[in-house]
Amino acid sequence: MERPLRLIQANPLDSLARTIEALLVVASQPLSVDTLVEACADEAERVETALGLLGERYREGRSGIVLEQVAGGWAFRASRDAVEACGRLFERPVERNLSQAALETLAVVAYMGPCSRPEIARWRGVAVDSVVAGLVERGLIAEAGLGDLGVVRYRVTPLFERVFGLESLAALPRLEDFGGDAEELRGRLESLAERRPA
Amino acid sequence: MSVRELELDLDAFEGPFDLLLTLVLREELPLAEVDVAGIVLAFVERLAEREELDLDACGEFLVLVAALLELKARGLFSGEAGLEDLDPGEAAEELARRLEEYRRIKGAAQWLSERLALERDRFFRLGPAPLAPRGERRLAEQDPAALAALLQALVAEPPDVSLAHLELRFPPVSRFLEQFRAVLGRRQRFDFDHEVEGLTRVEQAVAFLALLELRRAGEITLEQAAPFAPIRVSRGVVHEEEVAWNARSA
Repeated sequence: MERPLRLIQANPLDSLARTIEALLVVASQPLSVDTLVEACADEAERVETALGLLGERYREGRSGIVLEQVAGGWAFRASRDAVEACGRLFERPVERNLSQAALETLAVVAYMGPCSRPEIARWRGVAVDSVVAGLVERGLIAEAGLGDLGVVRYRVTPLFERVFGLESLAALPRLEDFGGDAEELRGRLESLAERRPA
Repeated sequence: MSVRELELDLDAFEGPFDLLLTLVLREELPLAEVDVAGIVLAFVERLAEREELDLDACGEFLVLVAALLELKARGLFSGEAGLEDLDPGEAAEELARRLEEYRRIKGAAQWLSERLALERDRFFRLGPAPLAPRGERRLAEQDPAALAALLQALVAEPPDVSLAHLELRFPPVSRFLEQFRAVLGRRQRFDFDHEVEGLTRVEQAVAFLALLELRRAGEITLEQAAPFAPIRVSRGVVHEEEVAWNARSA
């Protein structure tokens, strides 16, 4: 008699792990532990343990499918070994041809969001209407309610975190770490101001 | 070297510098969308291609670009206090603060760009979120009898629509023939309008047909002083002869 295929042999969490595996296959976006707990009607601790087992089973180098923790949840992706075949078959419209203007706008929204178009324009020094519209269309940013003056504000989406491989926005480097020689810049401007005719 | 013929290839505009200036001055192209640094780069590249320095062109370019920059700055920061209101130290401080902010954002954008390059070999499923709606909204308790009563009110037979106004009931012409003959038996003449007063429009029309019928038979003569004036009906020749014959017979 043929024995049923068992994902994790002789483990009491076998059934739960298989259920989670099925949910992750069906999902088109990362599923948080809370969501999995609700869907499996099980305890959070057991779900996390089952995720650990699945993570071991679906890790890079061992399987064509890789389980990763991304965008505040868990999701399957293709193994990096399969990147060339995937690239021949599938397009990546979300991140294709992201311009410098789009990246700067994304950075402003990721670090300062939710923020409005005038606020982004003030940071970047140019109008950002078309860039913002393009990022909304790609699904990397989305509307996040209205500001004090009734202006639409934007935030980055879970898709942004997923495209950039971020577990959450907390995984972004600190903004203060960018910018470098601020003192030198300040000194140059001050010397220019002193030379300015009255 | 003509500055105005400088060919530009920017995100927001492609064509000669002269056309760009025209479009900006006509407000057909928002200056905020124009990358002024790109214009400067194009000019510098054009200068580098030439071996000699054209000071006139450089001077003209500086004036034009300075004007563009001032217009753009005013457009972008129109709602803010102007830097010219600050003393040189404060202005430098404000500029330095803004440039620092922008440098950080540029640094963050560079980090994102590098991150994107690192993550280029990640493929995953994309699509709309197919999650089932959560939570079930329960309706308040309802009385089945009340629901049935409401449904009964909806399925009740509606009253028949009256088509009475569409029906035309024509009285017989003979009725008016007799009526008019009787009147002319008593009187020499009468007014048509007076006789048909109070009748419906259809009855008035039939009465008029009767009048025409009598006129055709020569029993009456008709007079009307002017269009829409009262129609005067008098005994005709035939009627007079008939009355005379009756008199003789008697």
